[in-house]
Amino acid sequence: MEPVDSLFRRESGRLVAVLTRIFGVHNLALAEDVVQDAFCRALEVWKFRGYPDDPAAWLMTTARNRALDVLRRERTVRTFAPELGRIFESEWTLVPALDEQFAAYAIHDDMLRMMFSCCHPRLKEDAQVALVLHVLCGFSVNEIASAFVSSHSAIEKRITRAKHVLAGSHRLFDIADPDAFSARLPAVQRALYLLFNEGYHGASPEAAVRGELCREAMRLAGLLEAHALGATPATRALLAMMCLHAARLPARVNADGDLHTLFQQDRSKWDRALVAEGQRLLDLSATGSELSEYHVEAAIAWVHARAPRTEDTEWKSIVAMYDKLMAIRPSPVVALNRAIAIAQLDGPERGLEAIRAIEDSDRLAQYPFYPAAVGELELRRGRPAAARGQFQAALGLARNGAERRFFEQRVKSCGVGSGERPATESA
Amino acid sequence: MSEFLYLYRGAQRPASPQEAQLTMQKWMTWLQELSAKGHIKDNGQPLEPVGKLVSGKQKTVTDGPFAETKDLVGGFSIVEARDLAEAAELSKGCPIFERDGFVEVRPVMKM
Repeated sequence: MEPVDSLFRRESGRLVAVLTRIFGVHNLALAEDVVQDAFCRALEVWKFRGYPDDPAAWLMTTARNRALDVLRRERTVRTFAPELGRIFESEWTLVPALDEQFAAYAIHDDMLRMMFSCCHPRLKEDAQVALVLHVLCGFSVNEIASAFVSSHSAIEKRITRAKHVLAGSHRLFDIADPDAFSARLPAVQRALYLLFNEGYHGASPEAAVRGELCREAMRLAGLLEAHALGATPATRALLAMMCLHAARLPARVNADGDLHTLFQQDRSKWDRALVAEGQRLLDLSATGSELSEYHVEAAIAWVHARAPRTEDTEWKSIVAMYDKLMAIRPSPVVALNRAIAIAQLDGPERGLEAIRAIEDSDRLAQYPFYPAAVGELELRRGRPAAARGQFQAALGLARNGAERRFFEQRVKSCGVGSGERPATESA
Repeated sequence: MSEFLYLYRGAQRPASPQEAQLTMQKWMTWLQELSAKGHIKDNGQPLEPVGKLVSGKQKTVTDGPFAETKDLVGGFSIVEARDLAEAAELSKGCPIFERDGFVEVRPVMKM
């Protein structure tokens, strides 16, 4: 059971998906209006009379009735979904056809259809992610802008353009076509991966927002995993990775919003049920010949999860898996994590060598954990002055209060040196 | 104790499902708190945003009495308070003010 505070969000995605199916993708805006009306009615009625017995069913019925009004009123002036248009023309077939669209199994497919439609090849990855968040998770432009620490106008532009592409695609994605499904599946997995990562590593200062992004990514990945064509080894590995990372969320940030690295976390706070679910999915994913980046990332997360203490971590296998990940999907961030693992295995000097060897390290120029990693290793090899400078650089790049407090602590742990005082955020 | 009618007017529509839900929860909490303190005679009802206006000796029927949505009554409650001052004070906790709406507080005439 999901917490009741995400009820509207969860239902929003389901309702927009089914209504877009009924009205046709070119009428996406109409579907969104109908859904917004349903929420406004719920708000007005429930605030006086309390929750109905089945809030989700109430919202569904309200949206269905409103959709029926729209179809009756506008069927002569507007074209709806091409494959349903004829059926909606006759009063005899209109209501049963509409009710069939609202059946539970149909809605499940509608969500997937929308997820695939949002990952349109004409859209960039960041636009796909924003569109998924907006259409399927019910995030407003403002909510997305705050989650991504971006400006309202930038996100609005991105979403408006993305919706335009989606509405102009004439038809929703056909999930019954296995070839098309397989062809677009990697893009969908990637979008869900990025959505999860934004929640897990993103710059949003609010832990609650980030937990929510992770939860939404897991919900959608779960839908994908529940579908016969979607449940590939890579999808299972992706969901396994999400479970294993999400299991650590409770220990990652404490009640004061302070950040704890993997090394500092109180492992008793890890969510054991999620670890077990992650392990189960990871086992299931080990079929077939495909070894995706999600397999490797999930396996790394699993090695961490099974170590009762940091010092029990099998760094050798972690380094080996980062080597594999570098071969499948190289990136400076992966290389940095690999260097940190090497330092754990072979000592800080080797770790620093690996960091210096990172290609494209200029792409990490704005990433606060890049100088911070160097600082940690300098500190470990007994050079606090050098470490201090690195932590101060990290502090300068910090993206939110939690990161700032964290790097301030690290600067302090280098001892009081002669360097300049770190800038604090307190005004 | 005397009875008062709260007329809820205006208020912007929520911009997202989450906002709608948060607003609703605030209303529920506020009404529950008033109720727990014995101030609620009747939670009241929401009103549809449409209506007819029947007017004149000709009993002409026109659409809606509302020139602007900000004047639109969206619902009402009946509260109990010592006097008008207390009833007005109690209304200050209403979440409608966060969304640019207002509350009209009217004493119910005593027999």
